[in-house]
Amino acid sequence: MTQGTVLIRSERCKGCGLCIQACPQQVLAFAETFNARGYRPVQLDERERFCTGCGVCAIVCPDVVFTVYRQPLRRVERR
Amino acid sequence: MTTLSLEAPLREASAHSQMEIVYAPPAALADVPMHYCPGCSHGAIHRMIAEVVDELAIRECTLCVAPVGCAVFAYKYFNFDSCEAAHGRAPAMATGLKRILPDRVIFTYQGDGDLASIGANEILHAALRGEPISVIFVNNAVYGMTGGQMAPTTLVGMKTTSSPLGRDPLTQGHPIHITEMLATIPGVAYAVRRSMHSVAEMRKTKKAIRLAFQAQLQGLGLSIVEILATCPTNWRLTPIEALDFIRDRMAPEYPVGDFKVDERLREKG
Amino acid sequence: MARALWKGNEALAEAAIRAGVDAFFGYPITPQTELLEYMARRMPELGRVFLQAESEIAAINMVYGAACAGARAMTSSSSPGISLMQEGLSYIAGSEVPCVVVDIMRGGPGLGNIQPSQADYFQLTRSAGHGDFHPLVLAPATLQEAVDLMYASFDLAFKYRTIVIIAGDGALGQMMEPVEMPPMRPPPPDRPDWAVFGAKGRPPRAITSLYLDAEELEQVNQRLQAKLKVIAANEQRWECYLTEDAEYLVVAFGTVARIAKSAVRAARAAGVRAGLFRPISLWPYPAEALSRLIGQMRGVLVVEMNAGQMLEDVRMAVCGRTPLRFLGRMGGVIPMPDEIAAEIVYMARTRQHGNRHGAQRLLQFKE
Repeated sequence: MTQGTVLIRSERCKGCGLCIQACPQQVLAFAETFNARGYRPVQLDERERFCTGCGVCAIVCPDVVFTVYRQPLRRVERR
Repeated sequence: MTTLSLEAPLREASAHSQMEIVYAPPAALADVPMHYCPGCSHGAIHRMIAEVVDELAIRECTLCVAPVGCAVFAYKYFNFDSCEAAHGRAPAMATGLKRILPDRVIFTYQGDGDLASIGANEILHAALRGEPISVIFVNNAVYGMTGGQMAPTTLVGMKTTSSPLGRDPLTQGHPIHITEMLATIPGVAYAVRRSMHSVAEMRKTKKAIRLAFQAQLQGLGLSIVEILATCPTNWRLTPIEALDFIRDRMAPEYPVGDFKVDERLREKG
Repeated sequence: MARALWKGNEALAEAAIRAGVDAFFGYPITPQTELLEYMARRMPELGRVFLQAESEIAAINMVYGAACAGARAMTSSSSPGISLMQEGLSYIAGSEVPCVVVDIMRGGPGLGNIQPSQADYFQLTRSAGHGDFHPLVLAPATLQEAVDLMYASFDLAFKYRTIVIIAGDGALGQMMEPVEMPPMRPPPPDRPDWAVFGAKGRPPRAITSLYLDAEELEQVNQRLQAKLKVIAANEQRWECYLTEDAEYLVVAFGTVARIAKSAVRAARAAGVRAGLFRPISLWPYPAEALSRLIGQMRGVLVVEMNAGQMLEDVRMAVCGRTPLRFLGRMGGVIPMPDEIAAEIVYMARTRQHGNRHGAQRLLQFKE
């Protein structure tokens, strides 16, 4: 499986949760703390599964908080 | 203290650096926070437009005409030139711009109150003239900025602050189907309805925005993408419930689909 | 260049073309329509933009759009149409983009009629839209002057990034007179550095009239007001006719002023030393020039085709120093020279002073 990750601009997040619901891997969750604007931002929670870098979170996010990274395919094959 | 997720990927900076960026915010979108409510579709629609502008490499020749409504500050969120129109007049203003700048890409970004109510005449006649502009028509069935009043697109029976008993077609009329109406006009090259209620629909929405801009680049006539969008705040729903509201309540009244696609565009698309 | 016979509306259109107008957007309305029709023929010939809009509301917003792109854009209309344009005019003023509007005034209120009127003096000078602003309003009395003012209007509009309104009436629009047309000037090729036309090689620009922050909007208004002060200082225009030795002054603008000239001559023939003060710029009003004349006057007669609108500007300039009379015709009735002359002579013979403060004695309306 492809391995990926996301960079989350927490200060932009309004905690709408659309990404949490949409994430196929269920690796997104609300943080316990609040950001400066008073929202609980989303964070990566890979305790059970891993981010594949599919980018669905970036599609549904209304606040453009995600940058999505993915392991280049050939490296994955080599593993 | 729990670390915020911003730092989580940074902890694994080495793994990170071996990865490729597969998605980054588009350059045509200004790097500023947007004022929209949590879960509102406007932000994602802005982002899709900016992505399309980047993909078509037209940032330096694109102009946005912003509406009056929640998206009144749209001009702050794009990295290209823009103007702010009076309520409903964006198609007239875009006409003035396009006639002076025929080689630029001019689009209006309008809500349902702006386009379908106070600006119904302006959009109708821009379409009749076949004005080669693109119209991004965001339909969330309420007046958002003023606090959730009834719009011409409000569903029958839907309660709003100005239809507290629910919209009664006997006294308040029926919902307006702008895109179907415009599709009957020869000057319209592309008239489709899309939705923001799922990832698949959102992907189709972006494709439609791209085709609308391509219709303009090909000089085929007016292009309009009506987008069923959420307004969790004024619908009194959570962002997730709002997606269901589009799917279960709005989409039956406003079916997603292509109402007119110019043949020349179909070949290209 | 030789003088030729022109119709008012068409002369205005040709003057705008020679001044380098890029785009005309309009809607038919009597008594202005010939201007639109002339543009419909001429603009495409020159490869410029002509568009008949679906309404005056659309027309002024098309002007707004074209003006944002840095074009020399204009529209023309008549009173009810200008009412519809007030929304757009306010946005244009708030966004500080230049444009030129011709208003060939007709009788009101409401649908009124299509006869000449000056009843939109307040609308143009005081309330061309919501918010604090004034367009630069120029009121020609002859077709030659209309052409000359039209020719200068775009330079003025761009110099100050303001709205210039050429205020005529049905008589001016419909009459024919010999006119010497100015030379043809092509539209300037350069786009102004505030315009939007695509952010190529520069940061993006946005043209807006929206400022949610109260302090910020106040600053914007202060800047607008400062600009209006500069316009007020630089752009007052007027004509004095036989005022040097005058004891009785007629104040009138536009079509009424040219009638008043005959009346002044008739009054002089009857032994009354009469003169005429004709404001050409209605905003800014040439109040100081008028004020300077008042000291020598034993009476002032204001004549308008309305119920006394410019009268208020005259009253402020006169400031109670001399008796003030008013003759107004409404509904499209044009005052005749002899009825104005009779008023002047009556004023001189009776020395009607009105009340002690010198406010006008009566608002006289003839049947």
